[in-house]
Amino acid sequence: MSGNGTTSDEAIIRVRGLVNRFGAQTIHDGVDLDVRRGEILGVVGGSGSGKSVLLKSIIGLQRPEAGCIEVFGRDQAHLSLAEAKAARRAWGVLFQEGALFSSLTVAQNVQVPLREYLSLSSRLMDEIAAYKIAMVGLAADAGPKYPAALSGGMKRRAGLARALALDPPLVFLDEPTAGLDPISAAAFDQLIMELRDTLGLTVFLVTHDLDSLFTICDRIAVLADRKIIATGTIDELLHCDHPWVKEYFLGPRSRAALAARGGIGHV
Amino acid sequence: MAFRGETAVATRPAGEDEISPPRLRTDAAGAALRLIAEGDWVVDAAGTLEKLVGRVRPLTQTRAEIDLCRVGRLDTVGAWLLYRLERGLAAAGIAVSYRYANDTQRRIVEHVRRSDVRCDIEPPEGHVLLTLVEDIGVATLRVVTEFGALLAFVGYVFQRIGLSILHPSRIRLTPLVHQIEVVGFRAIPIVGLLSFLIGAVVVNQGAVQLRKFGAEILVTDLVSFGFLRELGGFLAAIILAGRSGSAFAAEIGSMVMREEVDALKTLGINPIDVLVLPRLVAMVLVLPLLTFFSDIMGLVGGALMAWLQLDLTVDQFINRLAEMSLLRELYIGLIKSLFFAGVISVSGCFQGMTVAGTAESLGRNTTAAVVESIFLVIVLDAFFAIFFTTIGW
Repeated sequence: MSGNGTTSDEAIIRVRGLVNRFGAQTIHDGVDLDVRRGEILGVVGGSGSGKSVLLKSIIGLQRPEAGCIEVFGRDQAHLSLAEAKAARRAWGVLFQEGALFSSLTVAQNVQVPLREYLSLSSRLMDEIAAYKIAMVGLAADAGPKYPAALSGGMKRRAGLARALALDPPLVFLDEPTAGLDPISAAAFDQLIMELRDTLGLTVFLVTHDLDSLFTICDRIAVLADRKIIATGTIDELLHCDHPWVKEYFLGPRSRAALAARGGIGHV
Repeated sequence: MAFRGETAVATRPAGEDEISPPRLRTDAAGAALRLIAEGDWVVDAAGTLEKLVGRVRPLTQTRAEIDLCRVGRLDTVGAWLLYRLERGLAAAGIAVSYRYANDTQRRIVEHVRRSDVRCDIEPPEGHVLLTLVEDIGVATLRVVTEFGALLAFVGYVFQRIGLSILHPSRIRLTPLVHQIEVVGFRAIPIVGLLSFLIGAVVVNQGAVQLRKFGAEILVTDLVSFGFLRELGGFLAAIILAGRSGSAFAAEIGSMVMREEVDALKTLGINPIDVLVLPRLVAMVLVLPLLTFFSDIMGLVGGALMAWLQLDLTVDQFINRLAEMSLLRELYIGLIKSLFFAGVISVSGCFQGMTVAGTAESLGRNTTAAVVESIFLVIVLDAFFAIFFTTIGW
């Protein structure tokens, strides 16, 4: 795969026939999904529909029962330990509450991946931590703070700074705006969009936040009935006939979010 | 929000393709210093990049141009080092301009430039002596306030006990029975096994020493006095402190964290009544029983070891026991176990109720509950040893 001149149709993540079971309970039964280079893909689904399990399967925290997951064209099931480590180097993950290491300051958290993968001068390491912290919109005085002293929104930003520490081309965000107040949530959406535009990130976004879906997602994949039942742009999904999709995107809260975006006319 | 083809510059799967080695050529021929960057300016090459950038020494020029047209890939770390170079040149009074190959490069460099802030990595450290004094003060204050809070808690618990005795209908039987099962019944195997083993060890080791005096028969005295007076109650208390004291702190603490305790209060239910009293009463009821059980198992282990090692038959062992008046020792052990039970359950519940809402504080308080209750059990035991000796028991 060459670094340059790729088309937008190129799939960075390709999931085929994914099956996940916990005991007798089937979470996924034949999930197919493509994530294209440079897009923000939103994954939605009801509670317990397995959005987070899907994310965990892709990043290798959950071994699927069957199916094939390719990231950057590599089948994730057949990697040696070293290859798996190298593969993880190519993506950053932001967990729901940021998952910052509580014994380290924010700046030290950002430096963890740098220390793990590279040997850099401490000056450069400190500078990288500083500009990453600024890049995610945190004030400089957040750097020496411990996670316990941060608000929910700041934790997500710090978690994002850590996820972006190695300049990965791909980031996974697990409900980054859940539990944030609307102002912080909107600001976080803007941040993700800005970083995508600047750094050319590909973003896999698990979310419930209708505003995020309407404002920042290029495409949306709907997870229901143990499958991806629909993928497409928001406008395509608004015309989808599946009852769950209809209920989700044409429900009262969705209408409000859509009206705010100024696009309710054709519904 | 359309996709931009050239953004692929910064996107690169790790381990996919080799990095083309970065270079920085300096062309000082013209009026302006030309710095021509080549290769991949990415984080993986950061060590090399830092050296390249550090080597640049401006001569007499007043202008410099950083040329990125031949850069393959550029990420924020590469851009940062370019910016560091720009900053250094600017500080030397040189005006710096860029030549970008594409818009993406410009965006990344400008983004990094906007993000230039100074930021501490760790919180500032105070003066060593000053922090030492401060730490001592803070620790003292904490110990004093915590002790005060513990006393208040004990007082409150006693008040609730009194109220429960006046109004027995308030006593919650279901949680009490549940706690008796969890704290007492399920601890029987571990208490029994450990007591059995310790009893055997006491006889085994005691016999070696007593043989020197030809007084092997006295192992019976050793194990019976030892267990009834000290070891039985002590072992049971230590096991329950580790097993149930920690569980009390963790259970109540997680309820505090999930605001269940607040929910109880708003429903008009006193959390002490439903959470603390059943545990306290259960502990006070079962610890003496477990102490007695531990005594018996210790004696059984001792008898078995005496039979194996000294050919002392069980009959002889029991006869020897019967010759001694052991009832008083038994009472001493049981009386002590009542106090141990109080100390273990109160410190477990107290640590649980004072959890501060974070997962770390839950862990810390659970540990504190175990340490505190074992510490107090040992202190109490020492106190009782002196007390009973003084009154001639």
